[in-house]
Amino acid sequence: MRRVFVVGVGMTRVGRRFDKGLGELAAEAIFRAIDDARGARPEALVVGNMMASSLFNQDNLGALVADYAGLRGVAAYHVEAACGSGGHAVVAGYSLVASGLYDVVLVVGVEKMCDYPTSVVTAALAQAADAEHELVYGISFPSLNALVMRLYMKTFGASREALAQWPVRMHEYGSRNPYAQLRFRISVDDVVRSPVIADPIRLLDSSPIGDGAAALVLASEDVARKLSDTPVEVAGVGMATDSVDLSSRMDLLDAPSVRLAAEKAYRMARVSPRDIDVAEVHDAFTVTGLLCLEALGFVERGKAWKEFADGRFGPGDKPSVNLSGGLKARGHPVGATGVYQVAEIAMQLRGDFPGVKAGSPSIGLAANFGGVATQTSVVVLRR
Amino acid sequence: MKVSPARVWRARGSRYRLEGSRCRDCGFTFYPPKPACPKCGSRNVERVQLPPRGRVVTWAVQYTVPEGFRSRAPIVAAIIELENGVRVLGTIVDVDPSEIRDGMTVEAQLRRVAEDGDEGLIVYGLKFVPAPRG
Ligand SMILES: [Zn+2]
Repeated sequence: MRRVFVVGVGMTRVGRRFDKGLGELAAEAIFRAIDDARGARPEALVVGNMMASSLFNQDNLGALVADYAGLRGVAAYHVEAACGSGGHAVVAGYSLVASGLYDVVLVVGVEKMCDYPTSVVTAALAQAADAEHELVYGISFPSLNALVMRLYMKTFGASREALAQWPVRMHEYGSRNPYAQLRFRISVDDVVRSPVIADPIRLLDSSPIGDGAAALVLASEDVARKLSDTPVEVAGVGMATDSVDLSSRMDLLDAPSVRLAAEKAYRMARVSPRDIDVAEVHDAFTVTGLLCLEALGFVERGKAWKEFADGRFGPGDKPSVNLSGGLKARGHPVGATGVYQVAEIAMQLRGDFPGVKAGSPSIGLAANFGGVATQTSVVVLRR
Repeated sequence: MKVSPARVWRARGSRYRLEGSRCRDCGFTFYPPKPACPKCGSRNVERVQLPPRGRVVTWAVQYTVPEGFRSRAPIVAAIIELENGVRVLGTIVDVDPSEIRDGMTVEAQLRRVAEDGDEGLIVYGLKFVPAPRG
């Protein structure tokens, strides 16, 4: 396989974007990424998105986005992996370049969630669950994660206040990221008194509903040098799955899809968890952020809540985690999130991330999943 | 949810009768039923009737509900460990959410689950209710 590099990134600030539809919002991020890559001319486009079909009656998304972005004629398709669509789109784009099929590939993640009332978006997000045995009973996605959170707290003795440290820190980072949706600070008290969505998950344990798009230009080694002075190598990628239904999970406090995807990506990049300087992990809810840290091998099982509450994983730590503000504060436009994460890590490695910086990291990681760690992609990047 | 007679009929085993699958090779029993064993990959699986009683392992009280479920809020979602150790994700009804406890015994009953408008199909399924002691 050929080496693959990120040579351009582009993001929109996550938030309410009533001014733009799917194609227009995706184009905004694409234009920025292409400009960042010295006007690169992509030969193919991969679009990550979850809910265009359920909320906008729009399929055929690859062609639609290509046309809106002035790329009519390029090869294009859509990758869906629920909230993990973006990360899986990145891996798909990587494969197109690594295989030698194309030299320059554009990856964009786009999601529009703000056009509809919460109940409609909740129903669309619930499609990540098992339709016949979970969704049919009206069980929501936050509710599935609340089942895991209650079990995590009970099993590992984690207090409500300790878990609240996660969103508090995410908001602190988010307040300094110009692309973040929630740019304000919160306190532990704010978290534990915020409205209950699915007890024990409260509003401030949960990532917000937002519109957003993020894009990357990927290129083969020889082309990468022409398109960027600071190409970032995609050193390893991994993907893995678990059951969609939570009933048949072997262990609700393990996230084997994250573990397996990470093992594969670490092996490919010839690194271990200890080598990672900076990471973006999938904190759709407080508890999923903690499970990620454990399954990625950064901390022992059952210990993430304690080490995080004690101050670990901050800027300069190994690894620094979610300096973007994470899904919690940067925002979680579901099918775009995985692309945001890779763009943010690439910028941290280039040294031009406009928010809280990790210092001078050389190896970074992005972990993005759909469902309750149902299908995960892990991408390791190297400066 | 889009409802069709064929779709409802197909799910009758798992949704009306709490049928799961048992792997004849490794013995793993699981819900919902599937054509292959999630543990060992064997296709040598059979449909089995699961016991209707179990204990609450973890639960969530859901106030924000999907479109179409507003009249049922709050919904109590729970993981139930049945008497044979198989776990099932379902909802608990006929109970004040504040009375749910770890390890509480519940029992599956056939209930109305959703309606396709005023004149469409009614979807039935199993919901858990607190079981009488003993
Ligand atoms: Zn088996």
